[in-house]
Amino acid sequence: MTLQERQDEIIEEFSIFDDWMDKYNYLIELSKDLSEIDPKYKTNEYLIEGCQSKVWLYAEMDGDKLKFTADSDAIITKGIAALLVRVLSGLTPKEIMNADLYFIDKIGLQQNLSPTRSNGLLAMVKQMKLYAMAYNAKMNQ
Amino acid sequence: MSIDIQKVRSDFPILNQRVYQKPLVYLDNGATTQKPKVVIDEVAKIYSQENANIHRGVHYLSEQLTQKYEDARKVVQEFIHAAHGHEVVFTSGTTESINTIAYSFGEKYIHEGDEIIISTLEHHANIVPWQMLCERKNASLKVIPVNDKGELLLDEYEKLIASKTKIVAVNHVSNALGTINDVKKIIDIAHQKDIPVLIDGAQSIQHGKVDVQELDCDFYAFSGHKIYGPNGIGVLYGKEKWLNELPPFMTGGEMIKNVTFEKTTFNELPFKFEAGTPNYVGAIGLAKAIEYIQGIGLENIESYEKELLEYATQKLSAVDGLKIIGTSAKKISVISFILKNIHHYDAGMVIDKMGVAVRTGHHCAEPVMHRFNIEGTIRASFAFYNTKEEVDRLCEALMTVKQMFG
Repeated sequence: MTLQERQDEIIEEFSIFDDWMDKYNYLIELSKDLSEIDPKYKTNEYLIEGCQSKVWLYAEMDGDKLKFTADSDAIITKGIAALLVRVLSGLTPKEIMNADLYFIDKIGLQQNLSPTRSNGLLAMVKQMKLYAMAYNAKMNQ
Repeated sequence: MSIDIQKVRSDFPILNQRVYQKPLVYLDNGATTQKPKVVIDEVAKIYSQENANIHRGVHYLSEQLTQKYEDARKVVQEFIHAAHGHEVVFTSGTTESINTIAYSFGEKYIHEGDEIIISTLEHHANIVPWQMLCERKNASLKVIPVNDKGELLLDEYEKLIASKTKIVAVNHVSNALGTINDVKKIIDIAHQKDIPVLIDGAQSIQHGKVDVQELDCDFYAFSGHKIYGPNGIGVLYGKEKWLNELPPFMTGGEMIKNVTFEKTTFNELPFKFEAGTPNYVGAIGLAKAIEYIQGIGLENIESYEKELLEYATQKLSAVDGLKIIGTSAKKISVISFILKNIHHYDAGMVIDKMGVAVRTGHHCAEPVMHRFNIEGTIRASFAFYNTKEEVDRLCEALMTVKQMFG
């Protein structure tokens, strides 16, 4: 699936929920699908510090695609991480760098995007793009 | 007399609203309190009818407002029972009040090898200014430990007092746990060795009577926005002899007597510590808030909040898997708790969507969290406009949280 198809699929899944509780319940479900990080990478080196919940994120190349794995100590945050991994993992570094993540706004998570929000969504997106930049630079060497 | 809760609630316009289609339950009063209409109206009146810069104009509006500002100082003085009006310095809040002393006292009296005593229960605002001072001066911080209930161990405190101790800075009430500290005893112990004491009153001033002369504290700091007043105003109380001795913290206009390029002499108290145009709107609004709660009656507030605390403690304790952090016998109406196997952030997100405002996290008191070996708590902090029905709403929200994450 392309980046756009992945995002549109998520938007459609969320479109049936008009209540926040249903959205959260769905994020809890999604958290179970997250490609979990190898426990050996659950260290401070791979920790993205949000204010209130911890997120660990790891990236590695698989052919010319970048693959992400992650985990969080809070379930809703883990669900959000699962969404981001689903959208970005398996794309090329260049695609990830240039990705316009419009689905966040469309499914109502934009309120979690401000830098002071505590679930680390913005920090996660930033870190994923940083990984992509680093691997992209490496590939062009 | 007791509290007429319907009347009280109607005094606070913000309370009467729905969030996420549910009636708002505001239980984050430890972070900031809501404002009664009399305070909002007063602030609006100043801007619409009375505004002028104070203390320097010769014109009508300036003189009128200068008088109101100084009257506000008098209201605060009487409220905390300070001996003199000029012992009340208006600041931007508790943080600025503490920083003022950490700087002014620190510059003059702290030297290499000296010691400063704080406690495990402090808010970061009463840790970091002293830590920075210690770094500047090569001094060291000593920390009073707490027991498992969240009470300060005063025997240990006595042992920390040494010839090198120069100042003690502790909070009156812990923002994270609600513990009311025996500050009278802490002050008495320090004074036996002539060590001054600063009390961070940010979480105590709104819950009961504070008498700075009876406490005999050397400095007392609090914020206006936590006592139903406007944002951006606070108070630093200091004993006259200290305020006279200490150098000013910030410098500029208002706080000077004479300025030449060779030398500046400072204005008298309290103006020496009020550099620049003061927040006169905030100060006058704060005085209105104080008069408002005096009208309700501090004793009424205290007994009503105690009843709420008891009810909430009982109801929350009955929630399976809930553990209250901070179980001192002496607490203000704050309950910090954790839920077994549920992250406080997950809980907070759901509680919010149920229309209930609580705070989650470390409450800017990370050392407290470390002491109890937790990452954070969920904190419900009650004011006299909260009701038992609202406590029930919180409990219902917790049931939903447990269903979702349990």
